[in-house]
Amino acid sequence: MTTQGPDDPTPWAEAMQAAALLAIDPAGLGGASLRAMPGPVRDAWLALLRGLLPAGTPWRRVPLAVGDSRLLGGLDLTATLQSGRPVAERGLLAEADGGVLVLAMAERVTANTAAHLAMALDTGEAIAERDGLALRAPARLAVVALDEGLAPEEAPPAALLERLAFRLDLHAIAPREAEGEAPDVAAARARLPAVTAGDDILVALCGTALALGIGTLRAPVLALRAARAAAALAGRDAVTEDDAALAARLVLGPRALVLPAEAPAEEPGSEAEQPAPEPPPDPGEEDDLPDPQALQDMILAAAAAAVPAHLLDGLKLGEAARSRTPGKAGAQKASPRRGRPIGVRAGEPRGGARLALVETLRAAAPWQRLRRRSAAPIAARPGEDMPRRIEIRPGEDTPRRIEIRREDLRIRRFRQRSETATIFAVDASGSAALHRLGEAKGAVELLLADCYVRRDKVALLAFRGTGAELLLPPTSSLVRAKRSLAGLPGGGGTPVAAALDAALALADAVRRKGQTPLLVMLTDGRANVARDGAGGRARAEAEALEAARALRAARVACVLVDVSPRPAEAGRRLAAEMGAKYLALPYADAATLSRAVKAEAA
Amino acid sequence: MSQRVPFPFSAIVGQDEMKLAILVAAVDPGIGGVLAFGDRGTGKSTAIRALAGLLPDIPVVEGCAYRCDPGDARALCDDCRARQARGPLRTRMAPVPVVDLPLGATEDRVVGALDIQRALANGEKAFEPGLLARANRGFLYIDEANLLEDHLVDLLLDVAASGENVVEREGLSIRHPARFVLVGSGNPEEGELRPQLLDRFGLSVEVRTPGDLPSRIEVIRRRDAYDRDPAGFAAQWGGAEAELRGRILAAREGLAQVAVPDTAYERAAQLCLSLGTDGLRGELTLIRTARALAALEGSAAVGDAELRRVAPPALRHRLRRNPLDEAVAGTRVERAVQELFGP
Repeated sequence: MTTQGPDDPTPWAEAMQAAALLAIDPAGLGGASLRAMPGPVRDAWLALLRGLLPAGTPWRRVPLAVGDSRLLGGLDLTATLQSGRPVAERGLLAEADGGVLVLAMAERVTANTAAHLAMALDTGEAIAERDGLALRAPARLAVVALDEGLAPEEAPPAALLERLAFRLDLHAIAPREAEGEAPDVAAARARLPAVTAGDDILVALCGTALALGIGTLRAPVLALRAARAAAALAGRDAVTEDDAALAARLVLGPRALVLPAEAPAEEPGSEAEQPAPEPPPDPGEEDDLPDPQALQDMILAAAAAAVPAHLLDGLKLGEAARSRTPGKAGAQKASPRRGRPIGVRAGEPRGGARLALVETLRAAAPWQRLRRRSAAPIAARPGEDMPRRIEIRPGEDTPRRIEIRREDLRIRRFRQRSETATIFAVDASGSAALHRLGEAKGAVELLLADCYVRRDKVALLAFRGTGAELLLPPTSSLVRAKRSLAGLPGGGGTPVAAALDAALALADAVRRKGQTPLLVMLTDGRANVARDGAGGRARAEAEALEAARALRAARVACVLVDVSPRPAEAGRRLAAEMGAKYLALPYADAATLSRAVKAEAA
Repeated sequence: MSQRVPFPFSAIVGQDEMKLAILVAAVDPGIGGVLAFGDRGTGKSTAIRALAGLLPDIPVVEGCAYRCDPGDARALCDDCRARQARGPLRTRMAPVPVVDLPLGATEDRVVGALDIQRALANGEKAFEPGLLARANRGFLYIDEANLLEDHLVDLLLDVAASGENVVEREGLSIRHPARFVLVGSGNPEEGELRPQLLDRFGLSVEVRTPGDLPSRIEVIRRRDAYDRDPAGFAAQWGGAEAELRGRILAAREGLAQVAVPDTAYERAAQLCLSLGTDGLRGELTLIRTARALAALEGSAAVGDAELRRVAPPALRHRLRRNPLDEAVAGTRVERAVQELFGP
């Protein structure tokens, strides 16, 4: 991985600056995404932020499996049953109004939860329409997303990341570095409303965002707010180029999709050391600001220094940083209640079925008066068919109780059908590579065109030379697939073992999201590159068969499409070891392929 | 600081196609909804939420949960019919509803359900209207429409098509008017919309972030001004908003007078034929949208100019999809328009 060299502000110092700015304008900046494993560094940052906020500021932690009712608010069942009328319960969003919401394991949060958070960040309100209630509460808050993802694809949903000003990566910070004097932000907070930003600052931030390939306009808006908070922190009433440079480095740099043409990407260290090389910062004289172009260049250089290192890797693959923000990522991740709720039916909550309380109450409600009148005789009747009665006595003085009988009980139904994610592993080695890859690409698009009705996903893995690479992470988006498939590498040896390993890892990831993987491998089966990249047919084949057995042990459904001109033993043997269905399709075209896969998936 | 003052509609920079689509849908709700698909951070949600502040108040029947139109006897709900039988309807002015459909909304909140309070307290069966009732005669906005649960999508489609919400649940049997303009937004990178749902939207606009620096700067400048002083910013744009409101009102009045010559029908048919769109919905939408545009711009008749402008939003989502065809649907429509109308 390319590294950016030692920047003058250490990562921890930068993280501290971000915390200070966030503490000055939590709701305006939206929050921060914290990429780090749980540990002392992350705790130190959270403690720092909490310490910077005024005492008594709400600080709520959102668990990964948070239900909509807890997040948005809903019916408070205990109180509702006690009082016999709907009692609303405030959700976490409303509780965190004016404060911070800490989102645990943000890389696994569902798209649904992300959408609620995004809406609260946009409107400053928590709006819920559920359980027969319409709730509206102020929710001006900041979200701190704890991102524990390791792989680049494991990231919080893009809709959420987009609205958080800061993206901090604390992986590289050692615990002993994570200390420092916390700045005093109380005065800055009071000063913030009066801080003005000149038009030149605004122009420069917009220009910088554009030069870094940042399409969304939320980024410059957030950068401007960060610059204003920075000025307030420095005790100024107007934003200077220093503030803007800091904001650009913290907000725009990590969002960059391209490296600016003129900014020196390879030696950013020296640039970052002096964010303001030419004019000495002079807060007193705004008239003395440098001309707009110089200002923008300076801010751009500051932001470029913070461009994430792995962006360079991504650019080499020609897919930019797209893979960092996988489209529908959270939506299909496993939730404690698997499947989609498809309604409610009468029945008893046993064998794992969940009681639908509100619906049960609804079913019981119309009969209450009647039942109260005839309650005693029924209760007294013995025998197996005795109605099950749940009596809730709210207090000694109220004789009213809600009678619920067995026939009122309603349970939730979930649809368990899990989505299929078809993984294409395509042999891109040798001379026929381009053709095969082309057909696989065609099949991917045909399958996607078909499966966007069924909401299934497709991924594409190519292997050649010394390893396998993921060309298209599991997606259901045609738009995205087309973009990712534009450039295709080909040629080199056949690292079957590496391909099978990668496929297994991907299949595992797919399973963790609650989807069913189906591996379609297009190869001639003639392995000649071992896992470590060395040539040698014997060892390569042995390793390939070993990897194939691992795949079979993991019970991944596989299809092996033998694409060699004369299908031979190698492919058949590999298929047998994988437990795969073997298809000899020497002239496989996109349509045949997608038909074969569809038959297998059905 | 209150964020309740919506961002003024007229202050939205660029995004002309989206603004046009929303305005014509406001002039003629029969066009059937707007779908805004595109990049993040382009002001899709802002535009639609701004609509609430733009539209003039409408007369509604006093005390009616569905905001029935006292001037339209055919569209009255059962309650209002009963009221009318007792005497003349009492009227009040109310803002046009722009209702947000949150992603996690449960079905009972959308269609309405048994009023649990009255049921528990008095043991009586009463209907509590849901979001569809609240959206009657207004707009129903679904952000991230492509992520909506399938069963809700089906339900919305059904109601949007029939203009009536039929509730058969929990022993209730209710039907009430639910005529609303469906406005959806979303990002195609997060998953596509089902073709059935696509076709139900009258207009479809593709939203892109402005690529040129000056308009981007202007967006940020206005957003910044709004953030710092929402009320002051709204007041500053009050004049432009009032003018736009006047144009919408005038267009609604004049809609019936806009002539649609036979040549326009022919042109529309030719265009749809050359693009191979399925069904007649494309032609109908094309004509209706062109008429609403003519009314909005004060033209007396629909001509080529109107058809040209509305063809991309009215047709781009109705093309048969060939996944291997790289051309964007919008480009295909524009190509066909150029062939037919000349460059």
